[in-house]
Amino acid sequence: MLSITNLKVNVEGKPILKGIDLEVKPGEVHAVMGPNGSGKSTLAQVLAGREQFEVVAGQARYLGQDLLALKPEERARRGIFLAFQYPVEIPGVSNIYLLKSALNAARLARGESELDAMDFLAIVKDKMKLMEMPEEFLYRAVNEGFSGGEKKRNEILQLALLEPRLAILDETDSGLDIDALKVVANGVNSLRTQERSFIVVTHYQRLLDYIIPDHVHVLAGGRIVKSGGRELALELEERGYGWIENQTGASA
Amino acid sequence: MAAAPELDTLIRQEYKQGFVTDLEADTVPPGLSEDIIRLISAKKNEPEFMLEWRLKAYRQWLTMAPPHWAHVHHAPIDYQAIVYYSAPKTQKDRPKSLAEVDPKLLETYEKLGIPLKEREALAGVAVDAVFDSVSVATTFKEKLASLGIVFCAFSEAVEKHPDLVRKYLGSVVPYSDNFYATLNSAVFSDGTFVYVPPGVRCPMELSTYFRINTAKSGQFERTLIIADEGSYVSYLEGCSAPMRDENQLHAAVVELVALKNAKIKYSTVQNWYPGDEQGRGGIYNFVTKRGACRGDNSEISWTQVETGSAITWKYPSVILQGDNSVGRFYSVAVTNHFQQADTGTKMIHIGRNTKSTIISKGISAGRGSNAYRGLVKILKGAEGARNYTQCDSLLMSEHCAAHTFPYIEVKNPTAIVEHEATTSRIGDDQLFYLRTRGLTEEDAVSMIVNGFCKEVFKELPMEFAVEAQKLLAVSLEGAIG
Repeated sequence: MLSITNLKVNVEGKPILKGIDLEVKPGEVHAVMGPNGSGKSTLAQVLAGREQFEVVAGQARYLGQDLLALKPEERARRGIFLAFQYPVEIPGVSNIYLLKSALNAARLARGESELDAMDFLAIVKDKMKLMEMPEEFLYRAVNEGFSGGEKKRNEILQLALLEPRLAILDETDSGLDIDALKVVANGVNSLRTQERSFIVVTHYQRLLDYIIPDHVHVLAGGRIVKSGGRELALELEERGYGWIENQTGASA
Repeated sequence: MAAAPELDTLIRQEYKQGFVTDLEADTVPPGLSEDIIRLISAKKNEPEFMLEWRLKAYRQWLTMAPPHWAHVHHAPIDYQAIVYYSAPKTQKDRPKSLAEVDPKLLETYEKLGIPLKEREALAGVAVDAVFDSVSVATTFKEKLASLGIVFCAFSEAVEKHPDLVRKYLGSVVPYSDNFYATLNSAVFSDGTFVYVPPGVRCPMELSTYFRINTAKSGQFERTLIIADEGSYVSYLEGCSAPMRDENQLHAAVVELVALKNAKIKYSTVQNWYPGDEQGRGGIYNFVTKRGACRGDNSEISWTQVETGSAITWKYPSVILQGDNSVGRFYSVAVTNHFQQADTGTKMIHIGRNTKSTIISKGISAGRGSNAYRGLVKILKGAEGARNYTQCDSLLMSEHCAAHTFPYIEVKNPTAIVEHEATTSRIGDDQLFYLRTRGLTEEDAVSMIVNGFCKEVFKELPMEFAVEAQKLLAVSLEGAIG
C-alpha cells in the first residue's frame, strides 16, 4: 500500500528525516515510536502533504502512485487521513459544515454521490455515538473552545466518517486521560479492516496497549534505527529510548 | 512563510462587472460652476427650493477643503475635470414603464444579474436601478403604492412628493456636513427615495442598483429613506462600474429617518471597480451615510459588505435620539492588491437607554490596507446607554495592513461601553488542516474567510447573503460550496 524508500526531508533548511524506509501492507498497523525531536511528526505531516517541509531525496509510493507528487487534498481524496497532534481551530465554521464538505469531497473522489443533509446527519450521528460525543459538537466552530481530549475525539470522528485507506495518527494519545484514551482506541479498533492500514505515531507505549500494532519502528535522529514486533514497544517502555540510542549510536 | 506567494496568486481577483455599455449619453461639460448646477437642476425640472438648496451647498463647498485625516492616500482630485451629469440619451423623458426602457440598459442589468423585468425579478425584491446620473427603472412600484409606500427615483419624489423631500432632505446630513456631502448636495443628480407610512411593514426587500458607465463622470446619488411611526423597511444597495484606467469619484449621501417604533435595515453590497493589480484605476467611494433614530424605540441597522473600490471611505452612522432606540453596524471590508479602506461607524447616543452594536470584520490581502475607524459618543443625557464594539482583522498576505482607530467619548457615568479587537493571520496550519480533509486550497481559503465573516453575513437578507459570499469568493478568488 505504502512504500517509502530513503526519504530525506528538511525543515527550514535543517535535515530532519535522514533516509526513511518503510513498507506498509493493507490491513497492517505500524507504530512509529521515538524520543522528542526524532522526526516522528515530520514524517506524519510529510505523508499528508505538508508543503513547508522540503523533500530532498527518496520516494514514497502509495497504491502504485508517486505520493510526493500529490497535493494534500489529492492525497486525502485518495484515502490518506492524518489525525493531527494539534488539531487546528477554524472560527466561525461549524464542525458539521466541515465534516460534510470533507465527506462529500471523499465520496466524489470515490465516484459516489454527494450526501444530502438528512442522510449525512444520520451517518454522522451514528459515528458520534461511537466516539461518545454529544450532538452539540456538530454545531460548534471547528475545534474552537474544545478541550484537548475533545479535539482528539473530533479527529477520530473524522477518521470514522471519511473511512480512509491509510490513517496516520500523530500522537493522538498525547494529552488524553485514560478514559478518553480508551474511547479513542476503541474508535480506531472498530475501524481496523483487512484493507485499511494505520501508522500510529506515539511517544509512549501506553496507546499500544489498546491499539495492538503488527510492527513497531523506532525513529531516532531522523532514521528508523530498529524495527520489530509488539514486544519492541514493551522493551522500549522498560528500558527507555536511551538504550536504543546507545545501541545504534544515533543521537536524538 | 512559504504559503504567502501561493495565497497571493489565489487571491488574484477578476472583476466580472467591468464591461462598458455603448449608449449615447446626454452629458454636461466637465467642471463645476453655478451654471452647471443650474443646468442640472433645469434638466431635472426642479422646483425653486431645490435649486436654492444646491446653490447654498455649492457656495459652502467653495469655502471647504478636502479632509486629510483618513488613513488613505491618493493624488489630489481635479474637481473641474469631472463630468457632473450624464444620462443615457433615451432616458430624457423618464420611461413610464419597463416597456419603454432602452433594451441595452435592460441587457446591462441582465448581465449584472439584476433582472429588472418584474416577472423575472427576485421574488420579494423591488429594484430601482441608477445608471450614471439617473434612475432608469423601478419595479413593483404599483404593488408598493397600494400600501402607501413610495419607492421611486429621487427626482420623481422631488416632483411628486415635494413636501416630504423638503421636510427630510438634509435633516440628517446637512448640506454643510462635510466636503464630499456638501459637493453631493450641490450636484446630486438622482438616487432613491423611500417613504413607508405609519404602521406599514414593507412586504418586500427594496433594492437600488447603482452603475457608473460614462468615462470621467462622477456619481453623486442621494438616497433618502423615511420610516414613519411603527413601520419597517429593509433596503439593499448594490453597485458596480466598468474597468477604466482613471479613477472615478463616487460621493453619495444616504439619509435614513426612523420615527417612533420604526425600524430600518439597510444593507450594502459594494462592488465598485477596485482598480487593477498594479493599483491603476478604480472608484473612489467617498460616501456619507447616516441614520437618525428620531423616535422612541426606533432601530436602524447598517450591514455592509465592501469588496470593491480603489478607496472606500465611509462611516454609516446612527444618531440615537429617541429613548430606547437601537443602532447596529455590521461590516465586512475586503482590500486586495492596492485597495484602501477606511471605514467604520459613529454611534451618537443622545436618548436614554439607547443601545448600539458594532461588529467590524476587515480582511486585507495583497498590498491592501484596511482601517476601522469608529466613534462611540455617549452624551450627558444618555442614561443607561450601552455599546458593544468588536473589531476583527484578518491578514492574508505579508504586505497587507490592518489598523484600528476606536474613539470613545462618554459623558454619562451610567453608560457601559465595551470594545474588543483581534488581529489574526490566515494560517498555513488552518489551510493545511482543511486540505488534508480533501478541500482544495481555494475552498479552504473561502471556508476560513466565510467563517470569519459569519456574524455579519447572517445579518444580510437571505438572497444577498448568498450573493455576498459569492462576491467575497471572487474577490479572494475561491469558490464556496
